[in-house]
Amino acid sequence: MTRMQKFFGATAALALSAGAAMAEPALIFDLGGKFDKSFNEAAFTGAKAWADETGNSFREIELQSEAQREQALRRFAESGANPIVMTGFAFGDALGQVAPDYPDTKFAIIDMVVDAPNVRSVVFNEHEGSYLVGMMAAMASESGTVGFIGGMDIPLIRKFACGYVQGVKAVNADAEVIQNMTGTTPAAWNDPVKGSELTKAQISQGADVVYAAAGGTGVGVLQTAADEDILSIGVDSNQNYMHPGKILTSMLKRVDVAVYEAFTSGEDLETGINVMGIGNNGIGYALDEHNKDLITEEMKAAVDEAAAKISSGELVVHDYMADSSCPAE
Amino acid sequence: MDRMPAWADAILVPLISLILAAALSALVIIGIGEDPIAAVKLMVAGSLGSTYGWGYTLYYATNFIFTGLAVAVAFHARMFNIGGEGQATLGGLGVALACLYIPWPHWSLAILAACGMAALFGAAWAFLPAYLQAKRGSHIVITTIMFNFIAAALLNYVLVNVLRPEGSMDPATARFPDAAKLPTLHELLAPLGIEFSRAAPANVSLVIAILACIFVYLLIWRTKLGYQIRALGHSEPAARYAGISPVKITIIAMLISGGLAGLMAINNVMGEAERLVLNAVEGAGFIGIAVALMGRNHPLGVFFAAILFGFLYQGGAELALWTSIPRELIVVIQALVILFTGALDNMVRMPLERLFLTFRRKGS
Repeated sequence: MTRMQKFFGATAALALSAGAAMAEPALIFDLGGKFDKSFNEAAFTGAKAWADETGNSFREIELQSEAQREQALRRFAESGANPIVMTGFAFGDALGQVAPDYPDTKFAIIDMVVDAPNVRSVVFNEHEGSYLVGMMAAMASESGTVGFIGGMDIPLIRKFACGYVQGVKAVNADAEVIQNMTGTTPAAWNDPVKGSELTKAQISQGADVVYAAAGGTGVGVLQTAADEDILSIGVDSNQNYMHPGKILTSMLKRVDVAVYEAFTSGEDLETGINVMGIGNNGIGYALDEHNKDLITEEMKAAVDEAAAKISSGELVVHDYMADSSCPAE
Repeated sequence: MDRMPAWADAILVPLISLILAAALSALVIIGIGEDPIAAVKLMVAGSLGSTYGWGYTLYYATNFIFTGLAVAVAFHARMFNIGGEGQATLGGLGVALACLYIPWPHWSLAILAACGMAALFGAAWAFLPAYLQAKRGSHIVITTIMFNFIAAALLNYVLVNVLRPEGSMDPATARFPDAAKLPTLHELLAPLGIEFSRAAPANVSLVIAILACIFVYLLIWRTKLGYQIRALGHSEPAARYAGISPVKITIIAMLISGGLAGLMAINNVMGEAERLVLNAVEGAGFIGIAVALMGRNHPLGVFFAAILFGFLYQGGAELALWTSIPRELIVVIQALVILFTGALDNMVRMPLERLFLTFRRKGS
């Protein structure tokens, strides 16, 4: 009898440890969908890179409704998925509710700070990257007027805009920046037609470089800019390949790196606030075969110098979200 | 008698429609290279196999009961209220105002006020289309669907500019105070010794939904007003001849319908999210049409049809979680069920009716 019990105990322990080793990470995409060529897709790229490299699998879900936020989090947590990574600030409220119920599960949320002992909050210094592409826009512009098209009008996107304007003014203090937001609701993340209209309006006001920080809406911005033969700047993922020779560069927000790192550290995921900036390769600009003819040596040198200064702390780009205001307009 | 028996009408027709829809869905699932039997098992286990699954199924069903009843009441007066979406949106606004600005001592008081506000806002949103239909003859289908868009735009404005807490990026209100938190089925059933999942969102609103079913039954078949509504629905000239005012009954029926749709907000806004978010209704207003069609506009039928659609929603979510069936395909499966039980109803009914009649003729 006792031997039998020992045997069962041992198998149970074995099964448990096997289960722990097998814990799959999970990734939850926001309502925008997995293949938005931008933010969510960057997360997927990171997860896929991890899967290809390690040969392991991960769970994923694209949400269909608001009610599923909490549901997906709980279901993945109960099934033993660890860590659970989610993309987007909209998860903040649901995660704040769910995280305390599963203290042994690690969560990572991108673009939002959730204060819980088992949550890693990944935030990006988008203003720094926007500053760099702003400098490039000002150097590439011939008219002295450049544009910015944001997605949903939220502080996060104003942070992009503010960094961009500072970068433009650093190169050319007289340059004019036209700013537009696509809308005030999450629908603004996926409205390429409106993006296209805004681009045309900015072109008619003299803009010859436009920066789109608008998720799926940006697809329309980049397309129209290419059609109208002006330059554009992509965002989040490297979007240079979409219109080779027409996209000046892309502001890289390495969501893929954040997801990859979270998956790689697995259950030992370090919690707390994780700031991704130029210094730790979380933010950058894209230079590849599609835009190498657009970037002059002079531009690259100037931008790289600014990047070095930002990462050493010599140059501080103002963060809109720090005080809800922007020194440059 | 040139009709088939009532049991065949109420049970056999929906059942055959469902089987047809399921068969077609299975073909679609095979088409993308997944196993349909495993998918069905997953759907059933995920939505009915645990109290957790039931909790979500019943949560969705509660939404659909309210919107289904709303469509049913209007339909008895032969009006097609497809504005449930907008009315429920406004109901959510009413609930949010009731919960945010009045410090309630206990949830039982809060839910009474929330019900009142939800029904009031929902009914108010149905009033203008009803008035235009009754007085001006503007078709209710057109006006109610247009009011859905106005409701979405209005909520958008209010959330972004008025109710959003300072510094928040989400277009949503602040969380409701704890006193306005509705007890979930877990808390309700625990004193009875029934262990119900803690995580599921089904809440006391389900009880109110069942009460609403009883209310609608009594209203339509046991009151003078219900008789007037049905009389107007069957024939307006006859109703007028009997001294029933079409204007009055049209408006009253639509107000009740809008109020029922608005009541849905106590479930999704107060019970689940505990704050008002954009797009909180998520299509439940439209699902209500299918639920009412399938339930033959009878409260009991609406109740069961709502549970079926709750099952489809929760089962679909489980499919999305555990398989690689893409979310678009899950919508296709749900749409097939709506198509067969709602739109293609006659496709099953007519041959079945003929079949019954042939048998009867042979019998006699």
